[in-house]
Amino acid sequence: MKEILTNSTFFGVMISILGYELGLFCKRKWKLAVFNPLLISIILVIIALSFLHIDYESYNKGAKYLSYLLTPATICLAIPLYEQLELLKKNLRAVLLGILSGVLTSLSSILGMCVLFGLNHEQYVTLLPKSITTAIGMGVSEKLGGVVTITVAVIIVTGVLGNIMAESICRWFKIKEPIAKGIAIGTAAHAVGTARAMEMGEIEGAMSGLSIAVAGLITVVGASVFSFFL
Amino acid sequence: MKYFRQFGIILVVTFMAEVLGYLLPLPIPSSIYGLVLMLLALHFRIIKLPQVKEASVFLLEIMPMMFIPAAVGLMVVFPSLRSILFPVVIITVVSTFVVMIVAGRVTQSVILSDRRRADKKIQKDSLNAALLKKEDGGNDERDSD
Repeated sequence: MKEILTNSTFFGVMISILGYELGLFCKRKWKLAVFNPLLISIILVIIALSFLHIDYESYNKGAKYLSYLLTPATICLAIPLYEQLELLKKNLRAVLLGILSGVLTSLSSILGMCVLFGLNHEQYVTLLPKSITTAIGMGVSEKLGGVVTITVAVIIVTGVLGNIMAESICRWFKIKEPIAKGIAIGTAAHAVGTARAMEMGEIEGAMSGLSIAVAGLITVVGASVFSFFL
Repeated sequence: MKYFRQFGIILVVTFMAEVLGYLLPLPIPSSIYGLVLMLLALHFRIIKLPQVKEASVFLLEIMPMMFIPAAVGLMVVFPSLRSILFPVVIITVVSTFVVMIVAGRVTQSVILSDRRRADKKIQKDSLNAALLKKEDGGNDERDSD
């Protein structure tokens, strides 16, 4: 029985989708931000794998086909952006200033807290690219001499956290403009946050998708400057 | 077949993006090149919106699921995180929240101030127009005299 679970290519995809469906069910039933389908599916899959003694490698043999769709899906973010191009042109100044301020806040808050906790240079540069999309973040961490696997883990946690908290934060801090919501989510929580922004509305999704690219690119430059500070 | 063709077009752009990522020596992932390529293709009508619309809506809809495998990978790196777990958790939570708040509030205040300025301009323009009209009206009266 275990053999079929570890050898089947479909098991990984199936259990991921099943976990997500259960997450959607919980969300519909209890309507609370903690019942985030993504978070629930991650926890359920980890529990199932440890319970069945299946290692990550075997799971990922099938599940990697889900990740495989990530590049084409990210490219598809161009479509809502194209539909909102006029809106973007009209608010270009606000959009660019918003993303720039977000990236600078990210880098300086990480610097400040790393100093506070007495982390070393390697740990510091591992955390620096935590708010940007995994693919760019991995490159930044590697170039600056960080631990890439931990960077990826922190990026994912950041995204999931942003995905769960996006709506509450916008409400608590009175961020009401759809454009501002999108920029906030995309700059803080990259593509995982954007997935949530897409559900909030077309404008939110488009602006969040744009922020992934722009914040990523600004961080490439910004992080290499900030790496000299600790 | 329609949806599969749409998916095919998206994959063509994806492949071109990967070629770009391979050729250019920059730390930028191919998905970002692809996003720009797709935007340019739509803008210059090389690809028309109906040729990719449904497939892209589907891909964007299932996007959250695509992060499950990478996140489950946390169970592998967790042991190496254990020694610095506390600071890492605090830094991650605090900076994510602060970035979201700052980026959102800055964007919003620039939008609102731009809008106020635009409103003022419209008000001023309409006031000027009204004054001009009044002057014209006065002239007209004088002319008729």
